[in-house]
Amino acid sequence: MIPVVREIENEYLRKDLPDFRPGDTVKVYFRIVEGEDKERTQVFQGVVIRKRGSGTGATFTVRKVSYGIGVERTFPLHSPRLEKIEVVKKGKVRRARLYYLRGRTGKAARIKERR
Amino acid sequence: MSMVQGLIGKKLGMTRIFTPSGESVPVTVIELGPCTVVQVKTEDRDGYNAVQLGFKPKKLTKLNKPMQGHFKKAGLDHGFYVLKEFKVDDPSAFSPGQVITLADLSLESGKKVKVTGKSKGRGFAGAIKRWGFKRQPMSHGAKQVHRKPGSSGASTFPGRVIKGKKMPGHYGNETVTIRNLSIVDVKPEKNVILVKGAVPGSVNSYVYVYFNT
Repeated sequence: MIPVVREIENEYLRKDLPDFRPGDTVKVYFRIVEGEDKERTQVFQGVVIRKRGSGTGATFTVRKVSYGIGVERTFPLHSPRLEKIEVVKKGKVRRARLYYLRGRTGKAARIKERR
Repeated sequence: MSMVQGLIGKKLGMTRIFTPSGESVPVTVIELGPCTVVQVKTEDRDGYNAVQLGFKPKKLTKLNKPMQGHFKKAGLDHGFYVLKEFKVDDPSAFSPGQVITLADLSLESGKKVKVTGKSKGRGFAGAIKRWGFKRQPMSHGAKQVHRKPGSSGASTFPGRVIKGKKMPGHYGNETVTIRNLSIVDVKPEKNVILVKGAVPGSVNSYVYVYFNT
């Protein structure tokens, strides 16, 4: 990509977010707009199964199992609506995309902790 | 100062940025100017008022003799890769050799502009790519006709193909103008503007940005 375009993207990047990797368990505080002028923060906790993209287009996907149903949400990494990210647990995984978790439940879906 | 109605630029690429409220806006980054006035055309002499602007300096030795003379007449020690005329109301406000940068223009975000460029060449393209025709079935007995244009008209009456029938042919590599693109941001220190949406042409191609839509 052309350096000037990179520089411009750089101005819009979030630098306040913690470092996290696929396999980590995170709490995502995302502001959602409800109708006119109503905002609230929604918390989504789960395992990061993917980080993709570069620059302002980067996103990450968080997976959790809610009432026995797997739920995945993809967030834009540099969105101003992202209030904060808390790393709850660091996970030790051997690949960058944890799609194999989709086919697993319970004990098989555990991830070793990284220290 | 009367403003020039357009500038020459270079398409640098596309990205997306976020508004403070969190909306994602697709933008094209255009390097706009600085442009140098090479020639001033006046009503009396040329029949219309305009300025000829140059963009991206080029060595005089790389130009042929007539072009060298043209740039020397403007008092320049170098030429330009791109030359383009833009209409002005008052030609007396411009003189050859004058440099127009983005900072000289009062451009603001939200202003609508018109961008002209040369679209990407697609060569000899079929009717699907060129005209948006539907593809034929990939199965159910369809054989070797999946991307063909289909019928080109009726039978004995009229007994010919009507003029203007959309058919395969050369597509792209033509001048395309997109109107009503709004400026998202202006960065005079980098000579760069951000325009919402796409602009004709490939990355690194030259574009003309007009401020009067």
